Amino acid sequence: MRPFAFSRAADIPTAVAATAQPGTALIAGGTELVNWMKEGIVVPTRLVDINGLTELAAIDADPRGLRIGALARMSDVAEHEAVRRDFPAIAEALERSASPQLRNMASMGGNLMQRTRCPYFRAETDLPCNKRRPGSGCAALEGEDRSMAIFGWSEHCLATHPSDVAVALAALDAVVHVRNTFGTRQVALVDFYQLPGNAPERDSVLHAGEIIAAIEVPASPLAKRSHYLKVRERASYEFALVSAAVALELDGKRIRQAHIALGGVAPKPWRLTRAEDALAGGSLETSALRTALEESFAEAKPRRHNGFKIELAKRAVIRALQTAGEKAS
Amino acid sequence: MAQDSDVMQRPAGEALQPADGEPTRFTVSVRVNGDAHRLELDTRITLLDTLRDALGLTGTKKACDRGECGACTVHIDGRRALSCMTLAVLADGKQVTTIEGLARNGQLHALQAALIEHDALQCGYCTPGQIMSAVACIREGHAGSDEEIREFMSGNICRCSAYPQIVAAVKAAASKIGGD
Repeated sequence: MRPFAFSRAADIPTAVAATAQPGTALIAGGTELVNWMKEGIVVPTRLVDINGLTELAAIDADPRGLRIGALARMSDVAEHEAVRRDFPAIAEALERSASPQLRNMASMGGNLMQRTRCPYFRAETDLPCNKRRPGSGCAALEGEDRSMAIFGWSEHCLATHPSDVAVALAALDAVVHVRNTFGTRQVALVDFYQLPGNAPERDSVLHAGEIIAAIEVPASPLAKRSHYLKVRERASYEFALVSAAVALELDGKRIRQAHIALGGVAPKPWRLTRAEDALAGGSLETSALRTALEESFAEAKPRRHNGFKIELAKRAVIRALQTAGEKAS
Repeated sequence: MAQDSDVMQRPAGEALQPADGEPTRFTVSVRVNGDAHRLELDTRITLLDTLRDALGLTGTKKACDRGECGACTVHIDGRRALSCMTLAVLADGKQVTTIEGLARNGQLHALQAALIEHDALQCGYCTPGQIMSAVACIREGHAGSDEEIREFMSGNICRCSAYPQIVAAVKAAASKIGGD
């Protein structure tokens, strides 16, 4: 690890200004940044500790919705009574993330800013990766692509986004509050992440000179009847192969409205808006759900080894919707 | 969070140094197992290496050093955390408990005794992390069933695969000490 200077941000404007300085990175939990620095994925010359900004650590719930401060820890959000009651998909996604130790450390803002688990991006030896070194190529194109995206990838990057809770937040229409020197701007979570196109080094629309302040989630009957299903290669402490966050509003046994977001299949949480439209007014019968999903999956573009994710994702969505449908609301 | 800055896109091989006058050492005041320490440390050092190398507390184990195995688990202000992923500067002003701080007056903690009783280790390298994690798991109220114990102990990998005995030991200790 390269030497770096260390300081503490006394207030939010100091933290915002720090991110505009070349070579400077903010640190909260450090569960991502410290690994990046150990691997040489990032080489900051200055770290600014933002853990003292307690105004960014609150979790507040009122009848309109939930506001999660960027410094709230994953475990505290997962345990929060209102989150568990009114936004169960958020609590479920968090409890299926990482490990209890990491959840005690990792901040919600840092969770959104985590980067892909693509083995080429994380490699200890330097391999072609346009996310890590722009212009160096994408080793996954000719390499192992089993874990890679089936939606939204480009010929410059096949990586998926690893956050679980971002998928739940996407399904619940969460909004990211971004602070900069001018004030606060709000970005829908689904628009917070960028598709790789020909600039895969940029994951999100957060610029230098900006920090995440909070995440807001509107309360709704949908959010109350939400569920997160994660499919992975071991039972716990593993990233998703495929995950599905769903939110349902029922009218008797019929679906009034459904939201669906997928994880593990795209460079960002992937909303299935066409399927959502097709589901409205329909039933929770497996065959009806499967038919409604078809149009959304028509645009999937599997690579050599990840075609299995299409069927796996469909089944995950169907099971998640049926589980949500059975939940007492 | 400064992902759009040049931090993310600079070649790793490039020699980079903080500007003149920016200190890369930091004075850290930390209480470990009740004892106050004041250490001047390189900003790069982790809490794990500080415990082991600066304070000689080698009970906390260094295995993956990447937050993937749980062997380095300690309690920071009463919460279980990974010392390999914690820069020592971030532990400034905190209370840290390690495996060396569990026994009281020569009496093993109930969890330590339970692991011995249930033969819940083979090589023992993961054991301090398992114990620190389990003490917190019980305190958090996450040891209500075998399934819950397995889920909330999943951050501690045991290569010898003593998991059934570990679950049994945690369960036994939980019923003995309750949520305390």
